[in-house]
Amino acid sequence: MRSFFVSLSSEFYKSRKTLAFWSAVLLPVLICVLISWGFVAKADKLVNDPAPLLWFRYISAIIGVMGVLLLPVLVIYNTYSITNMEYKGDTWKSLFSLPLPKLSIYASKYLYIVFLTLLTMALFSLLIIATGHGIEFLKPQLKFSAYNPNELIFKFFTKLFLSSIGIISIQFLMNLMWNDFLKPFGIGFVLTILGIITSQLKWDYVNFFPYAYPNLTVQNIMQSKGGIDKIAIFDQAIYNSLICGVAVFIIGYFMVARKTIK
Amino acid sequence: MENSYAIETVGLTYNFGAQTVVKDLSLQVPKGSIYGFLGPNGAGKTTTIKILLNLLKSPADQVFIFGKEINSNRIASLKRMGALVEQPAIYGHLTGKENLVNRCLLLGIRKSKCDEMLELVGLKDAANKKAGKYSLGMKQRLGIALALVSDPELLLLDEPTNGLDPNGIIEIRNLMIELTAKHNKTILVSSHLLAEIERTATHVGIINKGELLFQGTISELQDLSKVSVKIETNDQAKAVQLLASTGVEIVQHDEHSIAIAFKNREDMGHINTLLVQHGLTVYSLAKERKDLEHLFLDITSKN
Repeated sequence: MRSFFVSLSSEFYKSRKTLAFWSAVLLPVLICVLISWGFVAKADKLVNDPAPLLWFRYISAIIGVMGVLLLPVLVIYNTYSITNMEYKGDTWKSLFSLPLPKLSIYASKYLYIVFLTLLTMALFSLLIIATGHGIEFLKPQLKFSAYNPNELIFKFFTKLFLSSIGIISIQFLMNLMWNDFLKPFGIGFVLTILGIITSQLKWDYVNFFPYAYPNLTVQNIMQSKGGIDKIAIFDQAIYNSLICGVAVFIIGYFMVARKTIK
Repeated sequence: MENSYAIETVGLTYNFGAQTVVKDLSLQVPKGSIYGFLGPNGAGKTTTIKILLNLLKSPADQVFIFGKEINSNRIASLKRMGALVEQPAIYGHLTGKENLVNRCLLLGIRKSKCDEMLELVGLKDAANKKAGKYSLGMKQRLGIALALVSDPELLLLDEPTNGLDPNGIIEIRNLMIELTAKHNKTILVSSHLLAEIERTATHVGIINKGELLFQGTISELQDLSKVSVKIETNDQAKAVQLLASTGVEIVQHDEHSIAIAFKNREDMGHINTLLVQHGLTVYSLAKERKDLEHLFLDITSKN
């Protein structure tokens, strides 16, 4: 277990100055600032909305931008960036010649990418609450403080986070297979577009297509219209995302264990 | 009980697909030695080093590190080893010091060790410079520092002087001698140039096309080299003809010199008299031992 935690802290140490880490942090800041600015600018049109609706409009504006395209792209980029660090410096060989179990090296890298996604989601949650109240500070007629959105936000972003686990695993596997930017990024991007199309068209088998899960989650959230009771964190798409995540993670480990460092 | 070898391979064979890259290799690297692992480019040196680090999986019971089979003792074996394989593996976006701190973090070593290592390899002044901006020689030094930071008993250095200037080469040479003499380390150092390691190595293994062609101490290697007599005269063609007609074994000849097999000092005197009596002017006549570099070329060209 010690080797897993030292590997995980090493992943943080190595990546803390990279775009992958900072994009996970700055993306929520940028999106929340931009959308809250839009709310401040259009405050007059929203003044009659009750607080729950106001929050739902605000959250769904952010989730709409994030979930449909940005979340899959962010996951694809982060996965590429974290694995590419080892290809770029030719450091796979030094990592695997250290007295550390291969499982620790593999799992820590995977979980660090999961952690970066979780960090983005957590920052979104905190920043939405902070900027929501910030809007009210600038435009007191928008009564954000009249409703507590914490549970709603927690449910939405937990769901969105879980929906990305399948994509993380598949992208991670592709990046282990290919020392290349175009293949994993290009295939991931095409699959994301297919995910958007299939979920919009409500394809019969869309629940078995991991790249559609963030989109399905966004649709699910939009259909709830802010009703907390109408939103369940776990639905078929989330279960499938987790099953896909675990299955591909295990396949990836056996690939790493047999990996030939030429 | 541990045997006296830091590394022992027993009939090691390794294939990349249908191609055999290491064939029936039986290395024996004694503890405390500097073992020069020599061979031309593509001979199988790096593949062997990767097998010794378990980066490439060897068949069972063919590779032993300090007497223990590597596949079933991977972590215990790697704990006792440090390595520099091919070009140094470094993170270009981190500074030299951060590369070492990261390694310390992974191995549970105190971070103050990083400064000692940077000082040792002469990178103290460049410690906070991005490693991606280092010259090839500096990267090589950092690679050596990374291999040494855990204070391993066994060091595997794959062409460690690549890209180093003459001063750097001498420093690495002295460092290897110091590590074995004062700190009782064992070093396996690969190279394609015998001249580069003949001054440091205590033992030599010569590999070509995946096969071990020679293994022994440096003096055993030197013993393989036959002594010859090199002759220079004012008429080489006539000298060759004369020597051949008297039954002298000519090893080789060209327009500048003739090499004949050495028998004894008296024989050298007779040959000199013979040449002079037939009107030739002898410019030089001297005993010569083939240098190790030529010997190395001879050995590797045979298979």
